[in-house]
Amino acid sequence: MTLIQIIEILEARVVFGPNADETEILSVCASDLMSDLLHFSVRPKAMLITGLTNSQVVRTAEISEIKAVVFVLDKTPEREAVELARQKNIPLLVTRLSRFTACGRLYSEGLRSCTGEDR
Amino acid sequence: MIKGVIEGSFHITGGDFTNAGIASSEVKSILTGLGISSDIVRRAAIATFEAEMNVIIHAVAGVMHYYVSSERIRVVINDMGAGIPDIEQAMQEGFSTAPDWVREMGWGAGMGLPNIKKNSDVFRLESAVGEGTTLEIILNLREEDLHEAE
Repeated sequence: MTLIQIIEILEARVVFGPNADETEILSVCASDLMSDLLHFSVRPKAMLITGLTNSQVVRTAEISEIKAVVFVLDKTPEREAVELARQKNIPLLVTRLSRFTACGRLYSEGLRSCTGEDR
Repeated sequence: MIKGVIEGSFHITGGDFTNAGIASSEVKSILTGLGISSDIVRRAAIATFEAEMNVIIHAVAGVMHYYVSSERIRVVINDMGAGIPDIEQAMQEGFSTAPDWVREMGWGAGMGLPNIKKNSDVFRLESAVGEGTTLEIILNLREEDLHEAE
């Protein structure tokens, strides 16, 4: 699934979105705990759904090779987070949806956990 | 091909969340540039990032040294912090002494040390209460983990 399709499904706005039509997402993780994310053996081409808006989220995405980040409940990422995302070329989206609904919509469209637990 | 030992170090300042992760990000870039396989780079990056965050959360300051040869990646992190009174307890998943404000930033969930161990082939942790902590991690490299750097 491309990031463009995800933007439509989540009715998301793009904070920073380079190559959204070419960015492929194959799995999703949802967490506000950075070490929980780092604990997963994240599958390639994963996307993060979170309610945290600080730059640590983007740094964690970079370190664990997460390809895009979605912020829920209309939360706008902090300026430092956006700057770091630009440096590291990591797309950032914002959706008004809750974590549960965002995850549910993507699951029903065929995306699965970045942990690979439900394949 | 990695010739000899490539080494370097980074200073880490306790409480500096603004620059948190820069050292690990640099190490990740260096390892990638050396042509090390992405799986090993990712494991090393996660282990160093967690270790870097531990210094930022729990210590006044610390230094991260890295040494890379064709046989292994070795990272040593020394910090000036409170030390760990009970290492066995600290290694339990979910155990954390991080304050609430750190947890609100997404850290301190008690997964840091287990994550470091999980992503390392060798994990050594020594600590003296009131003095500081030394963590050494090694990731072994096999011939197939190395390819020509771009």
